[in-house]
Parts: sequence; structure tokens; C-alpha cells
Amino acid sequence: MGDLLTKEHLSWIGKEEAPVTVEVSRRDIIKYAVATEQQQRKYLDGDEAPPMFIFNLFGPISSLSDLRTDGLAVGLGGGPQMPLPRVMAGGTEIRFTRPIRAGDSLTGVRKITGMYEKSGSTGPLIFTVRTLTVTDAAGDAVLEEIQTGINR
Amino acid sequence: MISFTDVNVGDAIAERSFSASNVSLFLYNAIIWNAHRIHYDEPYTQQVERHPAIVIDGPLQGDWLSQCALNWAGDAADLVNFRYRNSTAAYLGETLITGGTVVEVDQSARQVRVELFVKNQKGEVITPGEATLRFSQSPNEPVAPGNTTADS
Repeated sequence: MGDLLTKEHLSWIGKEEAPVTVEVSRRDIIKYAVATEQQQRKYLDGDEAPPMFIFNLFGPISSLSDLRTDGLAVGLGGGPQMPLPRVMAGGTEIRFTRPIRAGDSLTGVRKITGMYEKSGSTGPLIFTVRTLTVTDAAGDAVLEEIQTGINR
Repeated sequence: MISFTDVNVGDAIAERSFSASNVSLFLYNAIIWNAHRIHYDEPYTQQVERHPAIVIDGPLQGDWLSQCALNWAGDAADLVNFRYRNSTAAYLGETLITGGTVVEVDQSARQVRVELFVKNQKGEVITPGEATLRFSQSPNEPVAPGNTTADS
């Protein structure tokens, strides 16, 4: 265990962010399907969203003045300011209850569920684990995503 | 598309190669609303964040892994669990290859677990993953009892 994470950092574990509601449009699904080189018709026609369409779907849409020089939003993903500024994607686990479809109104609630340090080959790393719970307009479960971000 | 009754532990999932371009990365990062400069600003990427070239998004590789499983299974199956980990960065100019292997067939739950990979041109697995797919019952299909795994 390193000494980069303070009690203040760790106090964010368990805190829930404000819910974010997203209307899923067919056109956005099609854009995503094209950009990711999907091959199945249901995705290319926008009927159903590819599973990884969920990535950053509930992320903040910040004003330009709230973007850092690296292009990321200030306070990206919620939580404390990290002592290591560079951000990388770590990994993701998603449990799906049902597919996402065009016309869905989805609400995502995210919270930090873990934070820890490790030593990497290029220096210290901070891992932040965020859990996203997504429900539909009826309040029924759609998916749960557990995502790990890495600061280096 | 494959029929559930034809799935066996050890079956290989067809490989597919991906060669991201500046344009495809732009479109992907636009639709996921990601302005991180390591995906489009080469001087910044090299001079400030010290990467050798533009970075291919980790979640994009995750998407390619999910496609690997879903395209193999076809419309007969839904993804119920999916995870991946970006262990090594990939850069613009690299051709990446996805593929996988069936490691478990749960006859009673009609679920298949597959191990997946993204490899670089050196043959290194840079993004390992795993997916569990649930197959729907098709008419006139015999029900086979029991489970088989790669260890059994």
C-alpha cells in the first residue's frame, strides 16, 4: 500500500452520485455501431444497442471551460482530485439483465466502490472502482457495470 | 450463427482483425463523448503523456471483444456477463486481432462461457476478456443434461 491516497480520498468510497437519465436514440446507436465496425443488422439498424454502447453513456457533458488541458472533464467520473493526473481505462465487468433498445429511457446511478494503490513498471498507480446501476423507465434492472479507472 | 447443441468446450471462436484509423477513432470518441487528447492529438500524446503514438481506446477493444462473442453466437444468444481488462496499451498503426475459445457449456442453464482475447501483431494478449452467453431454446432441439468445462 502506498501513501498517495489520503483519508479524504478514501472517504469517497460508498458515496452515490446524482442519478443521470438518458434517452437512447436510434441515431446514436447507429453512429456507435458504425464507429465500432459492428456486423449485426440489429445494431447497424439501431434497433438494439451493442452491449458496450453503455460506455460513458452516463458520463458528464461539461462545458468547454470545464475541460482540462488533456481534454478530460474536471472531476471526471466524480470523486476526489487525484494526486496522479493521467487517466487510463483499466477494465470493465458488466452484468446484463436485458439489452438496451432505441427509445429506452435509462437512469444510471454511479458510486465509487473501491480505491487502492499499486506499483506499476512506470511508477505508482491508483485504481478507482466505480459501480454503475442502470434501470429503465419502469424501474426494472437493465445492467450493472463495474469499471476500473487508473490514474498514473 | 451457431446452434447451442453444436457448442463444445474447446471450440475456437473465429478471429477477426481490426485496424483503427484516425477517422474511426474520431468517430468512436465523438459518440462516447471522450475528448481525451491521447486519441487524436499526436504531439500532445507523445510529448506530454509520453505514449509512442495515438492510443487506441481500451473500451473500444472491449467492444471488439464483445462482438467476437456475439457474432459467433448470432441472434440465438444474449450476453449476460462480460468482462475485460486492458493490460497493455495499443497504438494507431497496430493491427489487433480478436478471438476466443469455449471454456464451459452449462446445458441446464443453456449458457456458454467463452474466454476472449485481443492480441497485437507480436501475438501478445493485450486485452483478455470473458463472456457468458445465454442461448434461447429453438424448436425441435433436444435437451442435453449436464455441464462440461475445460477442466472436466
